Amino acid sequence: MNFDMSPYGAFIWPAYIVSALALGGLTVWTILCWRAVKAKLAALEKK
Amino acid sequence: MFDWLFRYANPARFMSLSGTLLPWLWGAAVLSLLAGLYMGFSAPPDYQQGRTVLILFIHVPAAIMATNVYACIVVASLFSLVNRHILADVAARTAAPLGAAFTLLALVTGSLWGRPMWGTWWEWDPRLVSTLVMFFLYLGYSALWGAIEDETKAARICAVLALVGAVNIPIIKFSVEWWNSLHQGESIMSGNLAGPFLWPWLVMQLFYMLLFVCLWLMRIRTAILERRVRNLMQASP
Repeated sequence: MNFDMSPYGAFIWPAYIVSALALGGLTVWTILCWRAVKAKLAALEKK
Repeated sequence: MFDWLFRYANPARFMSLSGTLLPWLWGAAVLSLLAGLYMGFSAPPDYQQGRTVLILFIHVPAAIMATNVYACIVVASLFSLVNRHILADVAARTAAPLGAAFTLLALVTGSLWGRPMWGTWWEWDPRLVSTLVMFFLYLGYSALWGAIEDETKAARICAVLALVGAVNIPIIKFSVEWWNSLHQGESIMSGNLAGPFLWPWLVMQLFYMLLFVCLWLMRIRTAILERRVRNLMQASP
């Protein structure tokens, strides 16, 4: 694997970082929503 | 013809089947991400673009997913209008934020690729503008869902908007052929992408598709549970 991006590192790394943040954020958001609604349903069903 | 599909469109069956499939799909997504990154970072520099070719492996899959997700919304909207199936409405609604994210990602990574290659962050180019229009379509579609309180009415109106917006899909696809465009033409289907770049792209494309399927299934499952929560809250005194 070659991590030398010169002379374009200022464009390549931000593109990868933005993608990682967006896709990672989307995944975390989706999982958190799923967990929240699951916990809410469990609490309601307990009642 | 669609009997098999409607069998799984039952929310209970959908929850059971998607619950079984999801761990496998997540596993496949993680494996394809690792393989795609390894292959991508091992690819040689392009003779013209140098190492910026690495942006291809994240920009092109995002751009393809931007239109594919919209196509999914169009198909779900058709089922919603014709068959009036609740799961079709949920499928269309939950796909929109994912499509918006992929479209925004395509625009941002494209801009980061365009600056060193074209000398500009943005150009009023047909491909770029039609993709920006798709991003606004996603936003408008999601906003419309949120603006109408009656869910059945919202589903009908949003389905019509999605079908009208479908006209943008061929515009994005053929914009580089119909008009003079700074954006490069078709290079993957025409076989102009060399092997060392083709395979990493294919694996990364697979990752993007698997990730979308995982997130979409999870969001549909969340929406089904939310409905159950609402029903329980209404039923309880």
